[in-house]
Amino acid sequence: MTKVAVTLNVNGEESEVLIRPADTLLDVLRENLGLTGSKPGCLNGDCGACTVIVGKKPMKSCLMLAIEAVDQNVTTIEGLTDATVQRAFVEHFAFQCGYCTPGFIMNVHSLKENHPEADGETIKSWMDSNICRCTGYEEIEAAVKSVLYGGQEHHKR
Amino acid sequence: MENIGDSVIRKEALEKVTGKAKYTHDERTKGMFYAKKVISPYAHAKMTAKDTSEARKVKGVRAVITGENLPLIGEEVRDRPPIATDKVRYHGEVVALVVADTPEVAKRAANLIHVSYQPLPTVQSPSHAIEANAPLVHENVAEYEKDEGIEPIPKSNISNHTKIRKGDIEKGWRESEVTVDESFSFSPSDHTAMETRSAKAEIKANGSVVIDTSSQAPFMVKKLMNDYFGIEVGKVIVNTPLVGGGYGGKASVQQEILAYIASKAVGGRQVEVFYSREEDMITAPCHIGLDAKVKLGATKEGTLKVAEIVYLFDGGAYSDKAIHLSRAGAVDCTGPYKIDHVKCDSYSVYTNHPYPAPYRGFSHSEVLFAFERTMDILAKKLHIDPLQLREKNAILPGHTTPTQVRLNRSTIGHVPKCIEKVKKLINWDEGELVEVNDRIVRAKGVSCLWKTSTIPTDSTSGAILTFNEDGTVNLMSGVVEIGTATKTVLAQMVADRLRIDVRDVHVRMKVDTQTTPEHWKTVASRGTFMAGRAALAAADDALTQLKKIASTILRARVDDLDVGNGRVFLREEPSVGLEFKDIAYGYTYPNGNAIGGQIIGRGNYILRHLTELDPETGKGNPGPEWSVGAQAIEVEFDRRDYTYKMLRAASVIDVGKVLNEKSARGQVTGAMSMGLAFGGRETFVFDEQARVLNPRLRTYRPIHYGEHPEYIVEFVETPHIDAPYGARGAGEQGLLGMPAALGNALSTAVGVPLRQLPLTPELIWRTKEGIGE
Amino acid sequence: MIPFDFDYYKPSSVEEAVRLFESLRQQGKQPMYFSGGTEIITFGRLDYLYTNAVIDIKGISKCQMMTFKGENLYLGAAVSLSEIEEANLFPLLTKTSSEVADHTARTKVTLGGNICGKIFYREAVLPFLVSESEVVIASREGEETRPILDVFQKSLQLEEGECLVQLVTNKKMIEAANISIKRRRQWDTGYPVITVVGIKVDGQLRVAISGLCSFPFRAKEMEPFLNDTKRPLEERVSLAIRHVPAEVLHDSEASSDYRMFVLKNTLLDVFEGLEMEEVR
Ligand code: FES
Ligand code: FES
Repeated sequence: MTKVAVTLNVNGEESEVLIRPADTLLDVLRENLGLTGSKPGCLNGDCGACTVIVGKKPMKSCLMLAIEAVDQNVTTIEGLTDATVQRAFVEHFAFQCGYCTPGFIMNVHSLKENHPEADGETIKSWMDSNICRCTGYEEIEAAVKSVLYGGQEHHKR
Repeated sequence: MENIGDSVIRKEALEKVTGKAKYTHDERTKGMFYAKKVISPYAHAKMTAKDTSEARKVKGVRAVITGENLPLIGEEVRDRPPIATDKVRYHGEVVALVVADTPEVAKRAANLIHVSYQPLPTVQSPSHAIEANAPLVHENVAEYEKDEGIEPIPKSNISNHTKIRKGDIEKGWRESEVTVDESFSFSPSDHTAMETRSAKAEIKANGSVVIDTSSQAPFMVKKLMNDYFGIEVGKVIVNTPLVGGGYGGKASVQQEILAYIASKAVGGRQVEVFYSREEDMITAPCHIGLDAKVKLGATKEGTLKVAEIVYLFDGGAYSDKAIHLSRAGAVDCTGPYKIDHVKCDSYSVYTNHPYPAPYRGFSHSEVLFAFERTMDILAKKLHIDPLQLREKNAILPGHTTPTQVRLNRSTIGHVPKCIEKVKKLINWDEGELVEVNDRIVRAKGVSCLWKTSTIPTDSTSGAILTFNEDGTVNLMSGVVEIGTATKTVLAQMVADRLRIDVRDVHVRMKVDTQTTPEHWKTVASRGTFMAGRAALAAADDALTQLKKIASTILRARVDDLDVGNGRVFLREEPSVGLEFKDIAYGYTYPNGNAIGGQIIGRGNYILRHLTELDPETGKGNPGPEWSVGAQAIEVEFDRRDYTYKMLRAASVIDVGKVLNEKSARGQVTGAMSMGLAFGGRETFVFDEQARVLNPRLRTYRPIHYGEHPEYIVEFVETPHIDAPYGARGAGEQGLLGMPAALGNALSTAVGVPLRQLPLTPELIWRTKEGIGE
Repeated sequence: MIPFDFDYYKPSSVEEAVRLFESLRQQGKQPMYFSGGTEIITFGRLDYLYTNAVIDIKGISKCQMMTFKGENLYLGAAVSLSEIEEANLFPLLTKTSSEVADHTARTKVTLGGNICGKIFYREAVLPFLVSESEVVIASREGEETRPILDVFQKSLQLEEGECLVQLVTNKKMIEAANISIKRRRQWDTGYPVITVVGIKVDGQLRVAISGLCSFPFRAKEMEPFLNDTKRPLEERVSLAIRHVPAEVLHDSEASSDYRMFVLKNTLLDVFEGLEMEEVR
């Protein structure tokens, strides 16, 4: 097995990791860097539990090779501290088992960075990238909207 | 200070939003090995050869296991080889395990195992299974070792038959003026917890088996490891951290067995068995399918007289929990109605489908789909409003259940109140069907629900409270935190009983069967009831001890003492007292003498007066109480395309008492979402050879954000006197009536009765246009 | 997790990529071009494909192009679908591609990846089929521009080592009245039961369809019937759907007869939608 040494920039820190070029970013985050906040839910790009932010965009880390992330800034759930999204998820009871939560939070965080004024349509088109099996999405919707509109009720759909 | 009923934020909330929360697969140790399954591509086939030679040659492979010399396993019938040896009975069944240094090596080697199969004819559904010349899934079902009271029918695919005989069926039919006779069916589907199953096992030098597992039933794992492999119970240590969703699916024991077998093959080294999503869907136990026949008789005025029911549960390839599921379906075989004459035959039937695990509601949503659809069909025939028909026949205290339990004010919730509320919430009086334009209609459908928990009559739960030096407490309970916030609710109860701030109750999230008191299984909405009673008992025990030591120091009678704000004080003169922190760890007199010691409260609970069912009549007391509810949905239906949107879904659940408002609501809406997904989209699609065509989230799609309706939830509070604060189960009820309500709404919308699930536009089109498959 | 190993190359020019492919081939390797790579990653995990060398074309500026030059829009094969949506230079493509997979996945899925994919929906090709765009293909002999209708027969017909570089679309086509409709098995997520894309050029309707057969196609055989204005609409559609070019799919998303039912209604909706477009 041929491993290569690459430098990844994750959560603002540079780390040199020894990887197989066939390793996905998700695997490397979890196995090499111990960042297990990004979750495997399908390894097929279908559930969003592994979502991280690459550059400014949400990315399913199971759909990306770690080697593709060289020279890019990767942010994982561990890189967010006390972000408004995190607080909103707690306040709105937007999770139960919590397994989908890191992925959702990263997606919402990225949405907020890219489209702070996103309308219902945009929110829906971003959010349906993730699956939550526990909630009925109502609380997630409330959390997202509170973050995007600073809680202004009248913006609700 | 927050109280019972308040929306206390769950104790593990911060862990979960920061990615620090640990689930089973998140914990790794250096030097651990990895197992990869080889699974069957056939649903029914003889294996003529397994060639593992190539796989064994791969560098880094530590063991290849093909399953010989393993005991047969299974919870009620020992019919399942942990690894199939001579034939496979479902698509996805494990036929070999490869243990290797890395997951990649294990997988590469697994790909090199060549199994020769000789396909056999498959059993495609329970109805097919009972046909005279159906292929046999198990040739010798009668010869398996089994629990008492289970009677497989020799040389058939029937693994068990539960009979309910209440009243006099003939009389019931004679008294009936209007009858309906309806059939329903749906295929197995999946739980689809976001965390797939995984387990690690290690065998220590002293023979202890340490298993880490993503399970709802760590204590069951302990018991079964003893049953199956003869390991002393004290030497089975099962650890379960947070679990990423279960919904019943993780109450079955499978991954643990494989991990143990794998570890044993490599001299006890720690081995992890991780399930890919595909394996989690088809290899691991699924959500049961059902073929049902419901006949109802009523008077012209709409008084239900008789129900005659046949349920054929799709038990899949192995019985495991299927028999229990088919029994639970019999226990509450009708909806929550007074019916004097009930006959139900509920069968657990082998097919070549993945075998079932419990699924949120334990057969109730399944049975209710058939029963509550029939109620609507009966209402149409009677020209009675379907809600009114339900209200008229609602079961009440004093009536008896199908297993002839006479209900009282505590053991049954208030059905009429639930109906009345839901009627308003969904604006029922507007009419079931509203025409929007020549294509679009809005239609409403309702369903009632009830459920008891058919859990073993001797199930127990325990709790321990230890005090810290600062007067705060630690709570240990065997309840697994699967997302229901039960442990937070338990902390609320303890805080309430000890009269301290809930922040001062620290909760141990992880379950470890060696040091955590047992809680039978985290299923059946029994967490708050049984563990709640245990936690309250532990709090009472601690209070007794606190008062006792305080009485010595204060030189006062114990019964003159009271507690509050973290103090024990004289009832008459509250300023005289002691803080918990001064006595919880022993008390030291000014001269250095000390008395007492760390306060440790303990409590347990065992269910009372439950009985086994009579084999001929089903008579018996299956569960502690029946929770009830009424649900409704409104859809917007396109009559040209047969497509629909779910607009609003309403639930009124009699939860006895709301313990944590937002958590309770979240449990209900989450369950509703799951029920609507089951009703509207989710199913395994099988090909002609019973292979699952869609074992992936891309083709098997739970509800996604934005597809959900608006949820309306209200509660009724009829206390269950035995339960802490009177609370009834709330985790499952939201699911139970949703498929039926959706089926009723769409049947009204399209104008023909719909009898299958999931209710896809294609199914509706086919039914309406009378086009066969 | 991909069980096999491969080497990873990231050339910065088309020539280099093509040369690399050839030399890897000569070394006995099984190279693959990799743009979004989502299919290589997911199918690799499932052992549906194998490669031991991937050539990532995302570093090639030509493959990242997204600009108008003269009358033509050039879209690079390595542009992600979400970039296409955001730039919105080709509204019909935006509409169609924004229904592919989901938003997060589309930040990774590329135009070229979707069009050259093994998953047979390949919906992103539909707008190009109706626009009669051209494709720029690189090979050892250099780059060649060819009409997509010649090269895309069920799938993009590339010789080994050839690489899709760009798609070139005429402004006139981009501005034509257009519509894109995706119908699913249930609600708003998942693969299509069918996706129909239509544009009206010089009064003539052009239609391309995905999900109906095991490949996307330009419905050339159906178009004459659809454009037969002498007949009433319903009849045109009924006649047209008799000319589906291949066997209709029958799978876990939909049966073949239901697909035909959906096709009929969707074609009616295409007409209605285009009329509304034209009014605007
Ligand atoms: S694990 Fe990446 S999308 Fe599911
Ligand atoms: S909280 Fe469990 S899957 Fe979302």
